[in-house]
Amino acid sequence: MNLQFDFLVDKEKNTITVKREFAAERHLVWDCYTKSELIDQWFAPKPFTTKTKSMDFSEGGHWHYVMVDPEGKEYWGWTEYTKIKPIDFYDTLDAFSDADGNLNTDLPKAEWHVHFSDKGANALVQTTVTYNSLADLEAVINMGMKEGLSSTLERLDELLLTLNK
Amino acid sequence: MRRDPFHAIADPTRRAILVLIAAQALTPNAIAEHFDTTRQAVSNHIRILSECDLLKQEKSGREIHYHINHDKMKEIDNWLEQFRKIWDDRFSQLDNLLSTMKKK
Repeated sequence: MNLQFDFLVDKEKNTITVKREFAAERHLVWDCYTKSELIDQWFAPKPFTTKTKSMDFSEGGHWHYVMVDPEGKEYWGWTEYTKIKPIDFYDTLDAFSDADGNLNTDLPKAEWHVHFSDKGANALVQTTVTYNSLADLEAVINMGMKEGLSSTLERLDELLLTLNK
Repeated sequence: MRRDPFHAIADPTRRAILVLIAAQALTPNAIAEHFDTTRQAVSNHIRILSECDLLKQEKSGREIHYHINHDKMKEIDNWLEQFRKIWDDRFSQLDNLLSTMKKK
């Protein structure tokens, strides 16, 4: 199965655009993005895990969550939902926070636009992340590399094996 | 800013120049012939690409040929690949979740 995956960084507009096709109906994919018990199961890239502290998926509502690395180190995030149109798109303001939900103003904030459409029987999700500046965009990318978010394909393969049993 | 290779590839004309000379080394005149813009505008793009280390010059007699600097291009590629992978891993997990949900 070959699913579309486009990844584009525009360093002039300070945006990252990611397009990905999923082999499922749109409403199912929408649920995976907007329900805490589902988003917790996939949002953090391995070897991180996601835990939702609170989620209120409504305009003006928020998602307060933590990503935990294998050593137990916590990275808290606070996402505010600014606009929602089920099951077409939602917009958010994404920031880093602490366990109590106080925003970390030293780390970059970003605007997310997540758009859902049909592609035959599949769903297509386009995510556009906009940062305030090029420096912010680079800071986030460097952070991701430093925390070792990449690689660990072996672990992913293991997961696939257990799921296929 | 000028030294950042991402500044260089942010412009569509400069990307087109890179594609051109990836195939073969060209003189500034030969490059300019491929574009509708002025010779001056093309020289300016070439200058920026050179400053970002994406082009290498080779002089033969009075002619200058521009080559692509593969090492520098690879640097851009590696940087993007790291970030792309984060998303790729994340989406693989969503694929798995969706397939288990559909089985229920």
